[in-house]
Amino acid sequence: MHLEEDPVDVVDIARLQFGATTVFHFLFVPLTIGLTALVAWLETRWIRTGNPEYLRLTKLFGKLLLINFAIGVVTGIVQEFQFGMNWSDYSRFVGDVFGAPLAIEGLLAFFLESTFLGLWIFGWDRLPRGVHAACMWIVHVGTLFSSYFILAANSWMQHPVGYEFNPETGRAELSDFGAVLLNKVQLVTFPHVILAAYLTAGLAMVAVSGWLYVHRDHREDQPLHLRAVRLGAAVALVAGVGVAVTGDLQGKVMTEVQPMKMAAAEGLYETAESCAPFSLFTVGTPDGREERFALTVPCLLSFLGTGSFDGEVRGIDDLREEYRATYGEDPGATYYTPEEYVPIVPVTYWSFRLMMTFGMAAAAGAALVLWLTRRGRTPNSPWFRRLLVFLPLGALAGNSFGWIFTEMGRQPWVVFGLMTTDRAVSPGVSVTEATISLLSLSAVYVVLAVVEVGLILRAVRAGAPALPDPDDERADRDDDAPLAFAY
Amino acid sequence: MELTTIWFALIAVLWIGYFALEGFDFGVGMLLPVLARDDRERRVMINTIGPVWDGNEVWLLVAGGATFAAFPEWYATLFSGFYLPLLLILLALIVRGVAFEYRHQRPEATWHGWWDRAIIVGSFVPALLWGVAFANLVRGVPIDAEMEYTGGLLTLLNPVGLLGGLTTLLLFLTHGAVFLALKTDGEIRHRARDLALRLGSVTAVVAVAFLLWAQLHTGTAASAVVFVLAAAGLLAGIVALSAGREGWAFTGTFVAIALAVAGLFLGLFPDVMPSTTDPAFSLTTTNAAATPYTLSIMTWVAAAVTPFVIGYQAWSYWIFRKRISVHHIPA
Repeated sequence: MHLEEDPVDVVDIARLQFGATTVFHFLFVPLTIGLTALVAWLETRWIRTGNPEYLRLTKLFGKLLLINFAIGVVTGIVQEFQFGMNWSDYSRFVGDVFGAPLAIEGLLAFFLESTFLGLWIFGWDRLPRGVHAACMWIVHVGTLFSSYFILAANSWMQHPVGYEFNPETGRAELSDFGAVLLNKVQLVTFPHVILAAYLTAGLAMVAVSGWLYVHRDHREDQPLHLRAVRLGAAVALVAGVGVAVTGDLQGKVMTEVQPMKMAAAEGLYETAESCAPFSLFTVGTPDGREERFALTVPCLLSFLGTGSFDGEVRGIDDLREEYRATYGEDPGATYYTPEEYVPIVPVTYWSFRLMMTFGMAAAAGAALVLWLTRRGRTPNSPWFRRLLVFLPLGALAGNSFGWIFTEMGRQPWVVFGLMTTDRAVSPGVSVTEATISLLSLSAVYVVLAVVEVGLILRAVRAGAPALPDPDDERADRDDDAPLAFAY
Repeated sequence: MELTTIWFALIAVLWIGYFALEGFDFGVGMLLPVLARDDRERRVMINTIGPVWDGNEVWLLVAGGATFAAFPEWYATLFSGFYLPLLLILLALIVRGVAFEYRHQRPEATWHGWWDRAIIVGSFVPALLWGVAFANLVRGVPIDAEMEYTGGLLTLLNPVGLLGGLTTLLLFLTHGAVFLALKTDGEIRHRARDLALRLGSVTAVVAVAFLLWAQLHTGTAASAVVFVLAAAGLLAGIVALSAGREGWAFTGTFVAIALAVAGLFLGLFPDVMPSTTDPAFSLTTTNAAATPYTLSIMTWVAAAVTPFVIGYQAWSYWIFRKRISVHHIPA
């Protein structure tokens, strides 16, 4: 350990900004991914069955989707800019590999999402019903494209493949784009993230319709909202099981390609040759080396990491020695600083557990909701209401801790084995500039969060909108009629 | 043609698309307090760009992403160098973007007032600062041998930078006013037309001054032709507007912005970011570029996807081609 010259440097500020803006951005993204599918499905059901109740649900959840989408879009612009602003050396080093998926994401996904969402918002009286619903399906496809390419970029940071290091240019250069897109980390991460998005959005639907279902002002809509609660819970349960299955697959790939992250997830210092236990809860020293009290499940870590209860799980101490040998005490390289090669263990330990706890609780909550509403049952107790409202918060917390775990668990690397985070930052950016950026973005984000929550609650309280009298549907024929969905 | 040249041209096209499209929605945003007399009229104005502004803004995101992929060094130097102006643009785009969606969510006049301010300021700041940034890009900025920008914020606020900012500001105001004359009906249409005609001549003078500077600074024979055509487009647009031909007027301002940006990129080539410290430190299409492999993959993807993008964006403009006036706005 050595003391830094400055108490705070640009790396710390830039990391704080990246973490804060990314976690914030990802509160809205999964809701957008999941809600576009749910709204498209509701609208399609309306067209197929002619049941106007589906149209009312489409309008209610469509409105919530739009409030949510706006904030996801604008916080996404920050993500695209801050690589260059705060992480210019990272951008120079990886641009040849990392830039391509980002550019393709914009070209393939962002144009689709923005154009077809605009058509959907303003197209109620301009487009035939089928085309209108198709617009929302296309927006959903856009969100999936977007997720695929940005997760491929992130997976490359976890497990760089399909590149060659060029000593002449001093950067990582793409050699096999197919390998980047089919990275083994990507193949398990993409379904995990998408299913978590469906889990989150399904539970958001449960919470919104559940709250309206028990509220006395919306009593006449009880059958409608019960249907939405059960739809949301069914989606969430299926997705939640999928999240667990894909998460398990991720654990095995992680043990293979980033064993240090798995060891840090458990705080396992000494290699366990077989039957490594998994602790549910530990009280110990801050670095997790000494435990005072722990509740453990025997052999579970071996199973999570290797798929076998007597598999070997390597410990932090062994891996540190191996990484020192591989990457050197003083490699003299430009792109990494020799370090301990160990992430902050309490952060990885607890974020891993909180991710799993919140995720599993959310999925279990969905199962409970389905059970309580089985065969036309209409539960109405106060704790049922509270359960419904808290379910999506559990999913959101699970998402956030998942990202905190996977990003903090990669440290000190920004690109595993290639570049450490402290070397990635922009050399020309001053502490003052970075601080102005962090503070101004944080201030705007806090205001946006308050406004967004207020608007969501307001839209929920208003309930599913009443439909206009069908005799009054003259919009298709009359150019002078007011727009059906105007700003 | 070399792949690096193709990608320089494609990035120019993305910026052209961005300025020609988002230019008018910036203009509409800035003109909110000028052209509308009441809330319904403000809503008319906002609804003219409602379905399309977000798609217009994606041109910026793709320009940024394409620069990252095709010229990583350019992306790194530009974004870390123009740090504070870009931060201001980001903050402006954030408040502006949510304002369109959040404004109509509550009925109170004070609520509308706050989001109107967000739209006005959020349109004004980027309209000004993009011009400052592009003028400096053409003018050259201090860059060292490590490709790092060594200036500060004040380096960018030089007379040429400010002239560039004023140029984009006025061009976008005129473009927005012409767009409103084309897309609205009733009193707003007349007000927009009158304003565009008054703004047009001032804009022409300032824009010609800026383009003349750019031509003298980095111009080639090709850029001279393009700049002259840009000026002709602007003048033709103004003439068309005074003749009541709003569609042709919009085509004129659209072409003027597109060709002005094209001329700036023509003058810049083969540099992408000239250094005033030493021309040897300039970033060029060669020393800032990605590998041929990455560029060829990107070329295939762009060739396959771009026709669809242009097709469905054009279709969306066609769907919303009707003029909007106050009686379209639900009470």
